[in-house]
Amino acid sequence: MTVELLVFLILSALTLGGGMLVVTTRNLFHAGLYLMISLFGVAGLFVLLTAPFLGVVQVIVYIGAIAILIMLAIMLSPNITNLPNPFTAQWPVGAALAVIFFVMLITVVTPVMNELGADDWVNSDQLTVDTAGDVPADGIATLGEELVDPHKYMLPFEVASVLLMAAMIGAVLLVHPGKQAEDVIEDVA
Amino acid sequence: MVPLWLYLAVAAALFSIGMFGVLTRRNAIAILMSIELMLNAVNINLVAFWRYQENPANLSGQVFAIFVFVVAAAEAAVGLALIISIYRNRQSVIAEDVDVMKW
Amino acid sequence: MTGLFENIVSHGWAVFLAKLIGAFVVGTAGLLWTLIGIWFERKVAGRFQDRLGPNRVGLGPKGRFNLSYKFGWAQSIADLIKIFLKEDIRNTGTDRWTFNLAPIMVTMSVVLLWAVIPFSDGWIGTDLNVGVAYLIAVGGIGTIGVMMAGWGSNNKYSLLAGFRSVAQLISYEIPMVVALLVPVLMAGSMSTQTIIRQQYIAFMFAVPMTLLIFLISGQAENGRGPFDLLEGESEIVAGFHVEYSGMKFGMFMVSEFLHAFTLGLLTAILFMGGWRIPFVPLDWVQEGKYLGSFIWNLLGFVMLLSKAMIAYFVLIWVRMTLPRLRIDHLLNFNWKFLVPLSLINLLVVAFVWKAIPGTDAINSFADAFIPSVVLLIVNMAMFLGVGAVLADKGRQERARVAARVYPETVEAAPTN
Repeated sequence: MTVELLVFLILSALTLGGGMLVVTTRNLFHAGLYLMISLFGVAGLFVLLTAPFLGVVQVIVYIGAIAILIMLAIMLSPNITNLPNPFTAQWPVGAALAVIFFVMLITVVTPVMNELGADDWVNSDQLTVDTAGDVPADGIATLGEELVDPHKYMLPFEVASVLLMAAMIGAVLLVHPGKQAEDVIEDVA
Repeated sequence: MVPLWLYLAVAAALFSIGMFGVLTRRNAIAILMSIELMLNAVNINLVAFWRYQENPANLSGQVFAIFVFVVAAAEAAVGLALIISIYRNRQSVIAEDVDVMKW
Repeated sequence: MTGLFENIVSHGWAVFLAKLIGAFVVGTAGLLWTLIGIWFERKVAGRFQDRLGPNRVGLGPKGRFNLSYKFGWAQSIADLIKIFLKEDIRNTGTDRWTFNLAPIMVTMSVVLLWAVIPFSDGWIGTDLNVGVAYLIAVGGIGTIGVMMAGWGSNNKYSLLAGFRSVAQLISYEIPMVVALLVPVLMAGSMSTQTIIRQQYIAFMFAVPMTLLIFLISGQAENGRGPFDLLEGESEIVAGFHVEYSGMKFGMFMVSEFLHAFTLGLLTAILFMGGWRIPFVPLDWVQEGKYLGSFIWNLLGFVMLLSKAMIAYFVLIWVRMTLPRLRIDHLLNFNWKFLVPLSLINLLVVAFVWKAIPGTDAINSFADAFIPSVVLLIVNMAMFLGVGAVLADKGRQERARVAARVYPETVEAAPTN
C-alpha cells in the first residue's frame, strides 16, 4: 500500500463517514459539524488530486462560509438537539432508492463489475494502476488567466458574478424584517 | 497513482448519501445540508476527471468546479433565506408542514 | 532529514516522517513562544496602564542598580503550572464532544498558520503556492471553534458570543481577504516566500492604506482590542469561554495570544519585508555570501522576529488604548466603511500597478523604486480623501447628537 492510497482511504473515510452522520444524526448542530468534517475530507481529496487551489477554496467557501451560515441558521431554529422524528414516513423507500442508485452508478462509472469474475481482481491492472498526464506547474496562474479570457470562460465568469449578486439581493429581500417583499418591489417600481 | 475509479466510487457513494438525506429528512436545513453533499460529490467527479485526462493543462474541470462553488454559495444563501421566511410565516422548519400548494 | 529516513523506509514515508517532525518542532516552538510573549504583553500592558505588570516571580540578579529587579520573567511558567493543576470542570447539560473539541479547534487553527510562515530564506514549513489562500482558509477554522464553544457550553452568554463570533469574524474576513490580495497582486504570487523575496522595497511604504485595513480587520478577526465583543466582560461575562476552566481555558488564552502574535508575524511577512534585512541584496542571503548561509538565515530569522514584535507592539498599543465598540457600531463600521474602502483600495492599487510599465518583472531596488513612490503618492491622496469623508461624517454625527441632547442651544445654530 502506498502512502497516497493510505491518505486517500483516510480522506474518503472522513468524507463518507461525515456524510453518513450528517443524514442520520438526530442532533442538527452535530449534523452541521459532521458536514464540516465531510467537506474537509473533500478538500483533502482535491489536494490529493493536485488541485491545491480548489482544496483551499473549498475550505474557505464551503467550511468558512456556507457551513457556518448553515450552522448559524441551525442555532437560530428551535428544538434541534433531539429531533423526535428525523425521517419522513417513507424513509425505507428513500433508502432503497439511494442504494439502487449507488449500485447503478458503481456499475456504470467504475470497472468493478467487469472485474468481479476475474481471479485476484483486487490486484488486476485495471483496478490498481492508472496513469495521468503531468499537471502544469503554473496551474493557478493559468486558471486565473482562463477565467478572464474572452475566448475561454469570461462569459460564464461574469454570469456567475451576476448570479451571486442576484442571490444576495434575493436573500436580503426575503429576510428583510421591516418590509414585506411586495412592498419593497413596489418601492422600487 | 490511485486509480480513477476509486474517486468515482467515493463520489457515487457521497451522492447517494446526499440523495438519501434529501429524500428522507424532514428538517429543511438538513435537506439543504444533504444537497451540499450532493454538490460536493459532483465536484469530486469533476476534479478527478480533470486530473486523469491525458492533458491536465486543459483546466475545464477545475473551472467547472469553481462554478459549482458559486452556485452552492448562492443556493445556500437563498435557501436559508427561504427557510427563515417560511419559519416566520408558519413557525416550522419541517418540510412536510409546508403543504399549502399540495392537493 | 529526509535523507536520513530514506535509509530506513521508502521515499514517500521518509518525506512524511520529516514533515511530521518539522510540524512538531514548529508547533511546539510556537506554543513555547507564548510563555515569553505573554510575559512581554503583560509587561507592556502594565506600562500602558501605569503599573509594573508581573514583577515578583523568577530569580534575578540583585545588583547595585534598580534595573536588576526580577522582572517577573517566570510569571508565565507559574501560571502554566497553576493552570495545569486546576480542576477541569464540565457542567451538566453541556454538549460533551463539542465542548471538549472547541479549545482544540481554536488552538489548532492558529498553530496551522505557522506551517506556511517563512522564518528565513531556507526555514519554512511548506512553501505552498497557495500560501495566502491557505492562511485565509485556516483562519476560518477558528470561527468554528468559537461557535462550538459558544453552543456547547449550554450557557446563554456563551451562545450570544457564538452569534457574535459569526457576525464579527465572518464580516471582518472580507476586508482582510481583500487587503491580502494587494501584496499578492504586487508580488504576483500567493506563496509567502515569493511575497517576501519580491519586497525590494517593503510593501508598507508603497501601500500604507492596505496595511491599515489589514491591521484593523486582523485585530477584529482576532477578537482583541476594541473588537473584543466575543469576550466582552461587562456585557456577556466572558463570552464563549465562560464555562471553561483549567487547561481548556488555558488553551483559549494561548490561542488568543498566539493569534495576535501570528498577526504580527503576518504583517511583518506581507508588508514589512519578512526576513529581508534592509539594504542587504537578496543574493547575499540566498547564496550565503561573506557570512555563510546559516548565519544569514539566522540574521533573517532575528530580523523577522523583531519586525513581528514591532507590529505586535502596535497591536497591543491599540488594544490597551481604545474602548470596546458596540456591536452595531462594529458591524456598521465594517460593512459601510471598511469593505467599500478595501474594495476601492484594491481597485486603485491594481489600476496603478497595471498603469506603470515594468511592474510585472521587478528584480531590484531600482525596479521597485518608481512604482513604490507612485503608489505612495496615490495612497496619500486616498488618505486625504478618506479623512475628508470621515471628518464630514463626524461633524454630521456630532450635530445630530448635540441636537438630541441639548435641543434648546443647538436649534439656533446653523445646520448643514
